[in-house]
Amino acid sequence: MATGVKPRVKVPKSAAAGDTVTIKTLISHKMESGQRKDDDGNVIPRSIINRFTCDFNGENVIEVLLEPAISTNPYLEFEAMAPEAGEFKFTWYDDDGSVYETAKNIAIS
Amino acid sequence: MRKLTGAILATILATPFASADPVDDTLILNEETELVTRTTAPAHVSDALDEVMSGWLFRGTETRAMQADDFDNPGMIFVEQAQEMWETAEGSEGKSCSSCHNDMESLAGVKATYPKWNEAAGEVRTLQMQMNDCRTNRMGSDAWKYDKGPAINMEAALSSVSRGLPVNVAIDGPAQSAWELGKELYYTRNGQLELSCANCHEENYGNMIRADHLSQGHVNGFPVYRLKNTKLNGVHSRFKGCIRDTRAETYSQGSPEFVALELYVASRGNGLSVEGPSVRN
Amino acid sequence: MELTRRRAIQIGVGALLISGLPFRASASTEDAIAAFTGGAEVGSGDVKLIAPEIAENGNTVPIEVSSDTAKEIMVLATGNPTPSVATFKFGKLAASRAASTRIRLAGTQDVLAIAKLEDGSFVQASRTVKVTIGGCGG
Repeated sequence: MATGVKPRVKVPKSAAAGDTVTIKTLISHKMESGQRKDDDGNVIPRSIINRFTCDFNGENVIEVLLEPAISTNPYLEFEAMAPEAGEFKFTWYDDDGSVYETAKNIAIS
Repeated sequence: MRKLTGAILATILATPFASADPVDDTLILNEETELVTRTTAPAHVSDALDEVMSGWLFRGTETRAMQADDFDNPGMIFVEQAQEMWETAEGSEGKSCSSCHNDMESLAGVKATYPKWNEAAGEVRTLQMQMNDCRTNRMGSDAWKYDKGPAINMEAALSSVSRGLPVNVAIDGPAQSAWELGKELYYTRNGQLELSCANCHEENYGNMIRADHLSQGHVNGFPVYRLKNTKLNGVHSRFKGCIRDTRAETYSQGSPEFVALELYVASRGNGLSVEGPSVRN
Repeated sequence: MELTRRRAIQIGVGALLISGLPFRASASTEDAIAAFTGGAEVGSGDVKLIAPEIAENGNTVPIEVSSDTAKEIMVLATGNPTPSVATFKFGKLAASRAASTRIRLAGTQDVLAIAKLEDGSFVQASRTVKVTIGGCGG
């Protein structure tokens, strides 16, 4: 498990049914690209978040495949539709096998 | 020698976009708090500058936008980490910062007055020095390394609760001699390139140095999340970087010279809003 | 029509654009495109790429991709050691086929966005981003 990896998401608390909601996500992760060398000249191995998914009440909103060219502390912003009240689930997959998750509820106004 | 340096400077600075004014833009944080990024220069620097301007005004559109929203601002990740630290007990006394200080919000206004004279200690202190005093003497824990992880994160957190308040460091009284030392360091040419802070930040702000847009070099935005290294950077580390770039032997983080210089540079920005953690290139 | 130098250049650039190859297409960029499209032709049309003209710093460059009918959008940095940047796959509850992120660019280069549209066709958009070196190297 990479250390200090913390996800954060920004989701509106409520929306009208079927409205478009803007979702912002950030996860603190070094995204070691595999291009850098350490002081002894050895390549620092790649270690990144390679996949992200967002689902709402079990239905997929977006899936992103990330490569080393994504900046440290990967930021992803996208728009989702909430046809009803429920839960957004966010999942990040790390090269080292770790999985980071967080969830946010949304009410229908 | 001075002519040669002047020629070198002129060559570096003479590019197709030789000059670009800082933007005309307003920094509104989270759509609610307006920060002061331009104001009349404080008296002690008014012979050199009419107006003092935050480094925010010298950066590109996307960078400025990143700072205007606490979610988009990656520096806030580290503030959150510090907020967790704030509640965590450490050291032989079993205390956390919150044991004595309660909410971090109650320390609003503190960052704006640092560096400042500490009567009991008989020295000018930076915020990190004061934090370490608490840690070693009151928490029974060890001091944090200067400008490193937990120290810089905590400084960013303490700065974040002071955002919008005007920088207001004292330059007289017992702090005066440190301030004078800082002023002398600011105007002294250094290193193989024989450049002083003033050469770039007072005489050439607004000009381009290669592709960098030179700012007035204020520190109201520190700690800074730099896009370049995707982490928080402290004032002393930046001083060290700048001095190393003039190809000089530099002082180290936490040294009395850098404390004095930080006091002086902070005072040049008196009146600007505390902005840290800011986002810069 | 007289073939002026200007016209000849326009034809040449047009041919390049139609062929779907970016200015400095490395072999791996072509491979990445081929893997995504299965070798199909890539035209222009329903995909947009927003990226700054001059990146404040190549380490963190904000970009946005969008489209009306794309199922997937792949982003490539043609001048990076490896061109792949990200692939966005839009699900049933995506309110728009759009996404923003921050990427690393090794130097001035063309960034490409290639979209796989609902009708099975592929389209691309590209932007040149200038990546600069700071003043004192600091």
